[in-house]
Amino acid sequence: MSKIESNVAVPAGVQLPIYMDNHATSQLDPRVLEAMMPYFTTKFGNAASRNHSFGWEAEQGVETAREQIASLIGATAKEIIFTSGATESNNLALKGVAEMYRERGNHIITQVTEHKAVLDTCKRLEKQGFRVTYLPVKADGLIDMEDLKRAMDDKTILVSIMWANNEIGVLQPIAEIGKLCHERGVLFHTDAVQAVGKVPVNVIADNVDLLSLSGHKIYGPKGVGALYVRRRNPRVQVAAQIDGGGHERGMRSGTLNVPGIVGLGKACEIAQQEMAAEAKQLAHLRDRLKAKLESELDYIHVNGSMEHHLPGNLNMSFVYVEGESLLMGIHEIAVSSGSACTSATLEPSYVLKALGLGDDVAHSSIRFGIGRYNTEAEIDYTAAKVIDVVKKLRELSPLYEMVKDGIDLSKIEWAAH
Amino acid sequence: MAYSEKVIEHYNNPRNVGQLDKSSTEVGTGLVGAPECGDVMRLQIRVNPETQIIEEAKFKTFGCGSAIASSSLATEWVKGKTVEQALEIKNTEIVKELALPPVKIHCSVLAEDAIRAAIGDWKKKNNVAETAEAVAH
Repeated sequence: MSKIESNVAVPAGVQLPIYMDNHATSQLDPRVLEAMMPYFTTKFGNAASRNHSFGWEAEQGVETAREQIASLIGATAKEIIFTSGATESNNLALKGVAEMYRERGNHIITQVTEHKAVLDTCKRLEKQGFRVTYLPVKADGLIDMEDLKRAMDDKTILVSIMWANNEIGVLQPIAEIGKLCHERGVLFHTDAVQAVGKVPVNVIADNVDLLSLSGHKIYGPKGVGALYVRRRNPRVQVAAQIDGGGHERGMRSGTLNVPGIVGLGKACEIAQQEMAAEAKQLAHLRDRLKAKLESELDYIHVNGSMEHHLPGNLNMSFVYVEGESLLMGIHEIAVSSGSACTSATLEPSYVLKALGLGDDVAHSSIRFGIGRYNTEAEIDYTAAKVIDVVKKLRELSPLYEMVKDGIDLSKIEWAAH
Repeated sequence: MAYSEKVIEHYNNPRNVGQLDKSSTEVGTGLVGAPECGDVMRLQIRVNPETQIIEEAKFKTFGCGSAIASSSLATEWVKGKTVEQALEIKNTEIVKELALPPVKIHCSVLAEDAIRAAIGDWKKKNNVAETAEAVAH
């Protein structure tokens, strides 16, 4: 038996540890930091101060950022509301619409693979008397448009479907959903945290009414995000969830996080300029990683539709190897796993289970989140390391041995504990 | 989560990996856990029929690093013990030796179960009466 500790050589130019978990967060782009710096030091004014230059200067920074964000998503500056991040944006969109449109109806439609910021907000709304339909997803992770049509009734006020999934990277048919919602007079919110800056997003073409985005997923700072709220056709209103000085057209009070907002704006500007080329490069790296893994390992598969997919995402199950033990073997590469052992709840990923994956396969999944700063050499090293560790762990796996011996694992009576 | 040095050491250098001839009357096999739960351990012992001493132990484990370390340690500990002595190994001793955090205690429980299941299988093959304690749960 060989050691699990592997001796895959680290190629020149690769520094360990390697960060490949860009759906969790991303490294701040130095150009973003540079844009933010003056707003921590000399330009420290409160953007709401109307009677001196310190305030005007800060306000100027905020308004530039509003333009940069709006431009990236096809909106106008006045439609951008700053928040503390996408969790707050999702809360404001759902609770704000629910409260504002309660007279019109009490039904909300979402899907089972949403982020907890949407799901748990919906759960709370249910306690307040709203009805929520959680649409299932198909084996490829996409919703069925027919399910959505059937779920709509005359009490439906809002549909909330994420643009790109944070675990499996699948892109929902946003344009189709938006079109249907507008035909039915239902508002459409999308959590686009993983999509903005990665794939083309246009709120007009795609008929989006509310859209959540975040700074730190797009090489911007943490603690800042935005909610797009449509101003015409239709004019959307959300009830404020934080009361105070009436900032952000009364929809979100609180002194603006000026450096954060300036950083978010700059990150959007960079994304707009570089997205097309970057998406190509990320897809190339992703496909390279996938091909290398597939050429060396059996019993592996990709989770989620590869056809409708974020360029930098690869979610793979390495069957008969438990995810946490794999992470331990490749500990110098930062990725994440759908394994229960890596979560606080000891439950495997609800997103993978929604695809119809068994718990055993969900336990074996790894999410690679490739980003702006990953190199081809890093991809090659990652592939070599994963292959090496998976092979070694399979030598240790009674399940892999049994399958290789032709035993049907589903026929065994497992003593579940 | 940070792992203890001992867990990392067993994970990197697992002891006694492999399999013994299941059909031999000297060999007892314990297969515990379930793939859905994220861990399956197979622990095997070869018992000297004269002395009842466990002369060889092998394991294979599908599970997290703590599960691998717990079963690797279990094979080390049962070797050289008599069957009855091996039954006295408690999961709490494994927890202590490997410094397992509370969330990983089930890995040690599974290792104890695996020892008991292997011994139970050997006893069944050799018509040795099960002690009350040895009933697998």
